[in-house]
Amino acid sequence: MNVEARPNPLKTQSVELGIADCDVHPNPASLEDEVFPFIEQKWRDYIATYGMVQRIGFAGGTQYPKGQPRASRRDSYPPEGGPPASSLSFFREQHLDAHNVDMAVMIPLRIGQALQNMDLAVAVCAAINEWQTEFWTSKEPRIKGSIVMAYENADACVQQIEKHAHKDDFVQISMLSRTPDPMGHRKYWPIYEAAAANGLPVGVHAFGYGGNPPTGGGYPSYYIEDMMAHAQSCQALITSMVYEGVFDRIPDLKLVIVEGGIAWLPSLMWRLDKIWEKNRLELSHVKRPPSEIIRQHVWLTSQPIEEPDNRQQLVEAIEWMGWDRVLYASDYPHWDFDDPKRALPVQLTKEQRDGFFRGNAYKAYGLS
Amino acid sequence: MDTLLDPETRGANRIIPGAVDCDVHPASPAMKELMPYLDDYLSQSVVDRGIEQLTSVHYPPNAPITCREDWRGPGDAASALKRMQTHLLDGMGVGTAILNQMLGIQILFNADMGAAFARGLNDFMAREWLDKDDRLRASMVLPQQSPELCVDEIERLAGDKRFVQVMMLVMGDRPLGHQMYWPIYRAAEKHGLPIAIHAGSMYRHPLTGVGWSSYHSQDYAANAVNFQTTVTSLIAEGVFTKFPNLKVVMSESGWTWLPAYLWRMDKYWHGLRMLTPWVDRLPREIIADNFRFTLQPVDAPPDRAVLEKLMEHVGTEDLLLFSTDYPHWQFDGTECVPDGFSDSQLRKMMIDTPKATYSRL
Repeated sequence: MNVEARPNPLKTQSVELGIADCDVHPNPASLEDEVFPFIEQKWRDYIATYGMVQRIGFAGGTQYPKGQPRASRRDSYPPEGGPPASSLSFFREQHLDAHNVDMAVMIPLRIGQALQNMDLAVAVCAAINEWQTEFWTSKEPRIKGSIVMAYENADACVQQIEKHAHKDDFVQISMLSRTPDPMGHRKYWPIYEAAAANGLPVGVHAFGYGGNPPTGGGYPSYYIEDMMAHAQSCQALITSMVYEGVFDRIPDLKLVIVEGGIAWLPSLMWRLDKIWEKNRLELSHVKRPPSEIIRQHVWLTSQPIEEPDNRQQLVEAIEWMGWDRVLYASDYPHWDFDDPKRALPVQLTKEQRDGFFRGNAYKAYGLS
Repeated sequence: MDTLLDPETRGANRIIPGAVDCDVHPASPAMKELMPYLDDYLSQSVVDRGIEQLTSVHYPPNAPITCREDWRGPGDAASALKRMQTHLLDGMGVGTAILNQMLGIQILFNADMGAAFARGLNDFMAREWLDKDDRLRASMVLPQQSPELCVDEIERLAGDKRFVQVMMLVMGDRPLGHQMYWPIYRAAEKHGLPIAIHAGSMYRHPLTGVGWSSYHSQDYAANAVNFQTTVTSLIAEGVFTKFPNLKVVMSESGWTWLPAYLWRMDKYWHGLRMLTPWVDRLPREIIADNFRFTLQPVDAPPDRAVLEKLMEHVGTEDLLLFSTDYPHWQFDGTECVPDGFSDSQLRKMMIDTPKATYSRL
């Protein structure tokens, strides 16, 4: 339900300690006021003149208009004005305090990562990282940032990682799932090496405009198809990273898949195992069964969590991938927000509950 | 006990007498075998232009999945048929085999040429395969480049009841629910022909939403995700609101992804159905009424308990159609059915569901 705020959200009973929410989306109240101060004047002029061009036809917005403005809950607009999740005080009130969240991983979207002009992309991403620190993480210790990068320029990414990785403000680096080439491609390896060397997971959030149709059969017609297809894009990117041998070559690499769903992972692991067994000639650089690699290196955030009628079946699917693989996420302030009280409405053991809502995230992000 | 189900009277492969194998691959003809079936202009073009072969890169002939090592042999139709009889029809006891011919005529950009090859290929299949063994049936190969030409081919062959369905590749110009394809679905529904959507690509786009792969293994893996996006397309576009009697047979699609897919799709339908109001039912209900899935490949571990759970998650025994995917390498020996299916499930997937799906059987 995204129309009406619950006036008195109950404190969640899910975990005794606070929840770790691995996907929230604070926005700048305005680019001009909050982000442009970190960008050279020439790029501000450039943006004013040409805009921020991605591999889509519209100057603003997407080819698939969303189901509601900014794909956001209609109750998430701050009382003082501005876009959803642009006010720290309202973010605290409506989400952090209301849901007992004591670690929220912010993943900035609609920023420079996929811009066609590479130099502009580098400049905007660098500014967004400064903005995260200045406006959010330095003011609220419960919020952790993601180092965003112009990932088609590996050198610039490594610079950003080196610059920010040592700060407590950031817990991961951030890429978008729909890259121009599959994520196992070696042009991305320097990014992964730098992330691993600095002990940061690579968080891959659904979306992005790599210029490929979202399906192998071309562009679909409807927003629901675009949204559904994120699960498939994430399966394809995991396939690429495993079969390209990325995890064999960078044994400390951690991958967190964000907002692609979770329950498809067992079937993918089984399929990749079978194909790997038959194609050892081609995949000789992949030393272990794909399922083993995935269970060691890959985490998935829960939202939008699958909802079978019999919720116990989701529990069974999670057991096939391992309870330690799944990290709770709300996707606040977006319309398909998963309330922690409702995300997994089944009887869990204390260990499962604590892992899902907190412990797995602390392990994945290397926090204590 | 039903003698047909008595373990003593049937082999380790658990194939029930009369079983229908819904995804079997005949050898693709070499150009010289196909030539007699091509029209004059095309056969002259083949010579003049040096068109040597139309083998799809999706199934490299020597790749492990394309053909199991112990099922390899000369590629001419007569030899290949003899092998199929030895291994599958006589050997494993398959009663009826539905042939999906995978020669890559859909990859051509010239639609007229694609249609001419499709005509020749379908005629070749009728003469060199269907005429030779009455246990065989076939899917019409369609020139997927042009829905209009597909309809022509359906009308041309509809009288030959041995063609029990039509076949399209899962990766085409547009996602297969798109209205551009609806003339095909109208013609197929009219003639009682299910649409077999088979693994493979016309190579119009990268095979994944994240770009071109490096390896054949990735491309083969990508079929499953493209079947998933194809289900989304067929449902979201309202194909089954328009053609409620149309049956779609997802072939070599994998199916263990289906429960998780539907949990997500039903959720999104609830959240976004105002954007596609013509989809007036839960996706899972449309799947139950209009979709079937061939058995192989079974992307699951060889673990009876997992398979039983998966079938609970699928929630119905009526979705699966038995297939071996012969001669693709999906299993070893004659163990074409994984452990974990009950006898009644086997009877359904081998006999009852095929009969209900294919009005021409």
